Amino acid sequence: MKKAVVKKYHEKRAALLFVLPAVILLFAFLILPAFSTIRYAFTDYNILRPDDITFCGIQNFVDLFQDKDFKKSLLNTIYFTIIVVPFQCALALALALLISPRKKGVSIFRAAYFSPNVTSMVVVAILWSVLYNPNPSTGLLNAFLTKLGFPACGFLTDPKTAMNSIIFMSAWQAAGYQMMIFLAGLQGIPGDQYEAASIDGANKFQQFRYITIPGLKNVIKYVVMITMIQAMKLFTQPYVMTQGGPQNSTRTLVYYIYEQGFQSRNFGYACSVATVFFIIVITMSLMLKRVIKAD
Amino acid sequence: MGKKNKDLLYNVLFYGGNVIIALIFVSPLLWMIAASLKPEAQIFSDMSSLKTFWPTSASLANYIEVFTRVNMFKYIINSLLYVFVIVVFDMIINSLCGYALAKFDFPGKELLLTVIISLMVLPMEAIMLPLYIEVANLGWVNTWAGLIVPFVGKCFSVYMFRQFFIDIPNDLLEAAAIDGCGPVKTFFTIVMPISGTVYATIFILDFVAHWNDFMWPMLAVTGEEMRTIQLAIQTFFGSKPIHYGAIMASLTISAIPMLIMFVFLQKYYVAGIASTGIKG
Repeated sequence: MKKAVVKKYHEKRAALLFVLPAVILLFAFLILPAFSTIRYAFTDYNILRPDDITFCGIQNFVDLFQDKDFKKSLLNTIYFTIIVVPFQCALALALALLISPRKKGVSIFRAAYFSPNVTSMVVVAILWSVLYNPNPSTGLLNAFLTKLGFPACGFLTDPKTAMNSIIFMSAWQAAGYQMMIFLAGLQGIPGDQYEAASIDGANKFQQFRYITIPGLKNVIKYVVMITMIQAMKLFTQPYVMTQGGPQNSTRTLVYYIYEQGFQSRNFGYACSVATVFFIIVITMSLMLKRVIKAD
Repeated sequence: MGKKNKDLLYNVLFYGGNVIIALIFVSPLLWMIAASLKPEAQIFSDMSSLKTFWPTSASLANYIEVFTRVNMFKYIINSLLYVFVIVVFDMIINSLCGYALAKFDFPGKELLLTVIISLMVLPMEAIMLPLYIEVANLGWVNTWAGLIVPFVGKCFSVYMFRQFFIDIPNDLLEAAAIDGCGPVKTFFTIVMPISGTVYATIFILDFVAHWNDFMWPMLAVTGEEMRTIQLAIQTFFGSKPIHYGAIMASLTISAIPMLIMFVFLQKYYVAGIASTGIKG
């Protein structure tokens, strides 16, 4: 009996020792800054005047909803998300279907489709800035377009096409990740369902429609949600490729947080943008949790 | 005979289709590598033909330019140092926490687990401003501590470790305790050696993620001294003279180590993604 008590005591002490380093780090560098974001959102904190912070109530949020640049960056982020999510998920599913047969050499194709994903976004963004060059004699894509008889496209230099160019590149870079998840999902669908269907005379498209899609229902929901959350965080691409331009057409929420906080030094205001961003992402994550729980 | 022909046709379609689509898919990366090996004039003269994807007269001149114009070697070492230190501490600290959550009984355990799972959704982008101020107040801007310490604790890693350790049979741990092993010794001599898969998964996921890190290093590193490879290529891209060949060489230098690592550790990487996808 005494031994058990001693063991319990030792276990508690060991548990404390084991969890403490991680808990301290998470508290200091995750929880604390998260609360600070919300706290600063109600102040006029400016980096140049760190000793003079005054509480200003909801003034920042009032300003926010009259701020054209904020509205534009919110709309740009929503536009990016609405277009990139279906495009990227469909691309990922198509790639997963391409390599789902268990055949020799499949891992080579899998690695090929995944390779943009292990390449950093900075590398990809710089590479595509060069590929998207509007001049047909220095930009690869325009060289091919003009060779095929199409007019050259402005891509990143034209406010009408800049965001779409970023969307196309982002989907290409990231689809490999969702492909892997789809692939795991596809392998969870029992093969005899397809056999039974093909005996009943179902063609490939019918099999896809009535077996693959229902079998992947939960995986699709999950993938759509994580892609949405990821899309909301768009930053590196506009930072490297367009600096938010041309004509603000690629300025996103996170880019605006960065700009307001670190370039304009309106720290409190930037935190109020961050708080809005925070609420959007957390809401999406809670929806994601409910989707997962429901199944 | 009919079946055989059908199989053959299927194989031709499968491999043929995949080869063509895979080549189109990776063509931007192929172009990057090809251009990095070409003289500047040839990059432009090849532009509108398929030769553009093949280095006809390969030379390493662009790589030499990159290494002489900027101190690329140092930036690679900086990145390696940054990534290794983060990954090693992540693997130790978070696995300890994951182990306690899986195998020990202590007050507040359920609460801690719930908090850690909830924190997984917290986006770094939303907290970067106060985090920067905090790091600045610690006097850590432009120091290794400022670059590394904030990202060692990772909820996702704790959770992954916990999910793995929970399946380790208790008998094994009790046997170790009877042999006189304390919890710390048990962890390092019994648990760690049999948990290679989960450590490998965390290693590769983390290594690639941090090698490719951009936002935090951009904020936390102000000088040239500690620049990581991603910051270096971004600066290189913006500095004159702009030579396509040299830029492509710098991109290739950054991308190749991750591509090689992925090829070798593909199995663990795939396992890591698949497990997050299925377990959520």
